[in-house]
Amino acid sequence: MDDMKKGISRRSVLAGIAGGSAVAMAGITGFPGILKAQEKSLKIGAYGGYFKDSFDKHIFPEFTKATGIAVESIAQPTGEAWLVQLEQAARAGQAPADVSMISQVSMLRGSAAGIWAKLDPAKMPNVANVIPAFINKYDDGSVCGVGAVTWYITLVSNSDVIGEAPTSWAELWKPEREGQLGLLALVTNSFLLDVTAKTYFGGQEILDTEEGILKVMDKLAELKDNVQLWYRDEAQFEQALKSGEIPMGQYYHDVAGLAAADGYPVRSTFPKEGGINDSGSWAVSKASEKLDLAHVFIDFMSQPEIQALLSRKVGTSPTIPRAKTGLTDAEFASVSSEIEPIIPRYDMYQQRADWLSQKWTELIVG
Amino acid sequence: MKLKPQKFADYATIAFPAGMLTVFFVIPFGIMIAVSFFQRVQGAFYEPAFVFENYARFLTGFFGGILGFSIGLAALVAVVSVVLAFPFTYILTRMSRQAQVVWLVFLLSVLSLSEVLIGFGWSTLLSRTAGITNLLVSLGIMDKPMSLSPGFGAVMTGMVYQTFPYTVLVLYPALSRLDPSLVEAARTLGSGPVRSFANVVVPALRNSIVSTLIMVFVFALGCYLLPQLLGKPSHWTLSVLITDQAIYQSNMPFAAAMAVFLVLVSLSLVAISLLYGKKEHAA
Repeated sequence: MDDMKKGISRRSVLAGIAGGSAVAMAGITGFPGILKAQEKSLKIGAYGGYFKDSFDKHIFPEFTKATGIAVESIAQPTGEAWLVQLEQAARAGQAPADVSMISQVSMLRGSAAGIWAKLDPAKMPNVANVIPAFINKYDDGSVCGVGAVTWYITLVSNSDVIGEAPTSWAELWKPEREGQLGLLALVTNSFLLDVTAKTYFGGQEILDTEEGILKVMDKLAELKDNVQLWYRDEAQFEQALKSGEIPMGQYYHDVAGLAAADGYPVRSTFPKEGGINDSGSWAVSKASEKLDLAHVFIDFMSQPEIQALLSRKVGTSPTIPRAKTGLTDAEFASVSSEIEPIIPRYDMYQQRADWLSQKWTELIVG
Repeated sequence: MKLKPQKFADYATIAFPAGMLTVFFVIPFGIMIAVSFFQRVQGAFYEPAFVFENYARFLTGFFGGILGFSIGLAALVAVVSVVLAFPFTYILTRMSRQAQVVWLVFLLSVLSLSEVLIGFGWSTLLSRTAGITNLLVSLGIMDKPMSLSPGFGAVMTGMVYQTFPYTVLVLYPALSRLDPSLVEAARTLGSGPVRSFANVVVPALRNSIVSTLIMVFVFALGCYLLPQLLGKPSHWTLSVLITDQAIYQSNMPFAAAMAVFLVLVSLSLVAISLLYGKKEHAA
């Protein structure tokens, strides 16, 4: 039963299903937001499943206690699916959530379409804590998103099946891994182009040109026989990884850590080329009428204590410098690594979106 | 005997369904067609326009291959479902009323399962670590357990599992109305049970079989979750790619163009088979 609950994973979703159920789930959370509809309240989207559960339990009550603003949390599907829903709703003047956690590729797409409300840093003094790279801006320099949390996608393995922890992404290409891997199915969420470039081409510069990208894809095509599962839904791989059905692959460091804490033979390794570091930003839909309350929320979330609380309770890595958080070495090590991370080439994913998705589909389907 | 509508009020009974059909089918479909001609804005969403590039992008060997696979898969699922369901339903209609009710309730309860549950259920049943091959190993039939999913067999199994109850429920009325004296006559004339089934029952219900095949085919063509959960990428249907484009790439115009194309193809296949059926009927 517990597994089933976790099965509804946070960043991914079985296509539209969770999209539809988001509204239903919001209705049954039984959060005070419904009772206090007359008072100040804010609808906040977080990835459905374990992730949202942790926010409901550890984060949102703190916020309500500190500010008196009730939270109605919305289970949102993976970044891009949610983006489409937000965009369609905004066209109709609706905001399914006032504030949402949005992944970086989606932030860029949303900015290009202008669906984010402009934020005023002057109203959010704590945002000054956030590392500048985690602040999203429109072309005119105005702020449209503030880093919420960051997470890592790492090399995971089942310790019952794979005796020794792998140390490099190159492990994925080894012939003895045939039929053993689970990898993310989309070019924009697997970031395998970045991984391949860093592992075999000395860095991500090769991704500057189409010829370079095609070379990287050729290299990536070599591991196709090793892949047993290309997954869109986290739950699909999580189950197979725990049971050893598919003993290796790429997965979210935080969720893998939780599975391990629950006693499953799952380990997450930061390869020597670095884990993939992706992040989510708080952004406000233009259709929201609660921009003022949203400012209060984003400011609250950018406080060092809250960033530390997120690391301890949700398992994410902070978006403010580590020194300010007061996390111990052990606490920090459990959510991050000293190895320089692979930061995805978000610009490439946005500028060449359609070409990339076409070539990627041909690569894995062909 | 057919009564023709005499006056305007006679049409009133169909006003409500016609209205629902317009609001929930015709208008959304019209919007989809309109969107399929819109201009995709790369890296963002789309804007109103009238361009053909979404269709042009689709008309390649790559998508042609996927369309061909999707149609072939749906056709195969339809044939397998009908081949399994027809004799099953025939036997079912010969059972006692009580047994029939139990079976129909069971089939309806299978229908209430979501595609997600069916997909995850079968992926576990066909897995190496917990699947049915372990049972075969313990019975001494197999040497060691193996993984049967993802793969083409898994996709077929999942989809036939899903379409089988529909197929039975569609065939059931026709088969239960079949005049038992037809079979009795065949048996009296010396034909065995199998032969009378094949030579009398099947031809007598040819039209029901064809219409059921079409229904299951169209139903299977729209299936996107099971090929994605139980198949390798080479088993992903056009519906999976439409979902990818619409939900993950936010490329609504291209997704709409593919969907329009899929609807047109399935409509024309249905039309062809109906025309063929009519001709046969007339002959």
